[in-house]
Amino acid sequence: MHNPYKPYPVRIDDIQIATEDKSLRTFKFVFLDPEDEERFAYKSGQFAELSIPGQGEIPIGIASSPTEKGFVMFTVFRTGKVTSYLHEMKVGDIMGIRGPLGNWYPWDKLEGKNILIIGGGFAFTTLRSSIKMVLDPPNRKKFGKIDVVYGARTPGMLLYKEELMEWEKRDDINIHITVDSTNDPNWKYHTGFVPTITEKVAPPADNDTYAIICGPPIMIKFTQPVLDKLGYEHDHIIMSLENRMKCGIGMCGRCNIGKELVCKDGPVFTLEQLNKTPREY
Amino acid sequence: MKIIKIDKKIWSDGVEKSRDSYRLIGPVKDREFHQFRELAKGEQPDMNYKNSRLSPKSIAFPQSETMFIYDLDEKAEEHHIMQDAEKDYSPRAVIGIRPYDAKAFKILDLNFNNSDYQDPYWVNAYNCTTFISLAVNSPDKFDFSTSCATGPFDDSAVDVLLVDYNDSYLAKIMTDKGLAWLNAAGFTTKNGEIDGAVTGVSEAGEDIYEIIEKLKADAESKIRSKISFDKIKEKSILDIFNAPFWEDIAFACLNCGTCTYSCPTCWCFDIQDETNGRKGIRQKNWDSCMTPLFTVHATGHNPRHNDWERTRQRFMHKLKYFQDKYNQGIMCVGCGRCVEQCPANIDIRNICNQMNNGE
Repeated sequence: MHNPYKPYPVRIDDIQIATEDKSLRTFKFVFLDPEDEERFAYKSGQFAELSIPGQGEIPIGIASSPTEKGFVMFTVFRTGKVTSYLHEMKVGDIMGIRGPLGNWYPWDKLEGKNILIIGGGFAFTTLRSSIKMVLDPPNRKKFGKIDVVYGARTPGMLLYKEELMEWEKRDDINIHITVDSTNDPNWKYHTGFVPTITEKVAPPADNDTYAIICGPPIMIKFTQPVLDKLGYEHDHIIMSLENRMKCGIGMCGRCNIGKELVCKDGPVFTLEQLNKTPREY
Repeated sequence: MKIIKIDKKIWSDGVEKSRDSYRLIGPVKDREFHQFRELAKGEQPDMNYKNSRLSPKSIAFPQSETMFIYDLDEKAEEHHIMQDAEKDYSPRAVIGIRPYDAKAFKILDLNFNNSDYQDPYWVNAYNCTTFISLAVNSPDKFDFSTSCATGPFDDSAVDVLLVDYNDSYLAKIMTDKGLAWLNAAGFTTKNGEIDGAVTGVSEAGEDIYEIIEKLKADAESKIRSKISFDKIKEKSILDIFNAPFWEDIAFACLNCGTCTYSCPTCWCFDIQDETNGRKGIRQKNWDSCMTPLFTVHATGHNPRHNDWERTRQRFMHKLKYFQDKYNQGIMCVGCGRCVEQCPANIDIRNICNQMNNGE
């Protein structure tokens, strides 16, 4: 019997400081057993439990794309016991990964559709995975127009900056970068909060356009009315939730919103689904 | 389905004999209260027990269970890699479990053993266990099991149902697993025939069936409290969630968690690492929705910050979410432990009826 609690052993292959305040680091992991990489086959939007013996486990969205091989990548904010410990770990250290867990953005349903991706702060990780995946040449033609609104507090707090700048230059994706504020006189992108920028740049709502939102609660709270105003139907607004988790497989009982378990029935829900559940997240 | 009659005079010897092929678990008195635990050699299950303080769910879902062991010493082979903890899943029998406590295992099984994931600790422990259940002839005043699709004589989740009848146990043999234990105890002939060839075993006639039916009807008639949850099913989750009565219901609640720990169907758990020196274990521990730590995010945000929201969660889970998700009744077998043990006299029967009928 497969044991869903047993992590795959991995080695930390690379660590990069991801933001100017050093509160986020990006980790690349390599599976000790190459076959585990195949067992870990995932889709953009899923998460995993990073498992550090003696410290515990944390649920983190997968930042690498299924089209990237040979490693899996996670960007982790230093906040609690396990993440603080992880931030002190070194390349070469051994730990574990459990997953992939949860559902993913509905890629089958999104085929042939326009996608508006809205991200804020360090919730951009699974969105990075998604962008990387849809821009992969065999995939790009499957989708319509792609717009991305991504905001951070300052330019230095933007994740994956080099990639953002590359994507910015492409003509098969519209990247709208914004920061809350900046002193940089040469800043050539947007300034302002994500909801405001979304209102300005979002493609018009229609049956063939879906919005994917992932960000801090405050951003979601103020972006939703904007999408309502733009006419996005609630079954066309796709959101990814977070809640405290332990098992990640729908058994330990703590991450529920009503009868749905964020870890297993989610983390991805449409706003239409969320309208029917208690907002206990 | 066959029934055999076991003379109480040969009961203890049979139980002892079954140890040759089974580990035994049963109710034993520990200071004031009964609990289910593995029986030491020569130790007998107390068949006169009334109820156990904690439910027997711990047989397959222990309060604390080691899943993995690890070694943090970098010189050790396979350091920082979780290794399976040693487990004993050899056959075992739980003797004297109440029929509805056995039924609770079917409810837990929905959570721990589904088409997507199987918790191997639960599945293996459940599978290796034979349920030799004891019908409850005299249900207590807290018992409302007959409202919960089970009852004091429910034979649907057991391998053998024993009925205490004067100087004998009448044993309803529900499964081959049950028959195997009776064989091992010597309550049948060697070949598993149940034709009365062994001393103390007699052919069961129709009258035995009638006796059991009569005892069952007597027992069920002693249960006076009833609950209804049919209307809970029809209402929307948000209607009940947003009902005005929750703060009143939770007013007395201390969020102590007694109900969750004593409950045979509460399945929530935590995962924790415990390191001693360079070696450690990863454990699955019972958890409780009554504690703020259950849901608090690393940022400090807590989706169920208020104590009354946590009380609401427990009843919504048992009586509404579970019904909606599985369409198999409620997540409660009516054992009455939470009613009896709640220090604030909160009574799930009243709350269920309020959710069913109230605004």
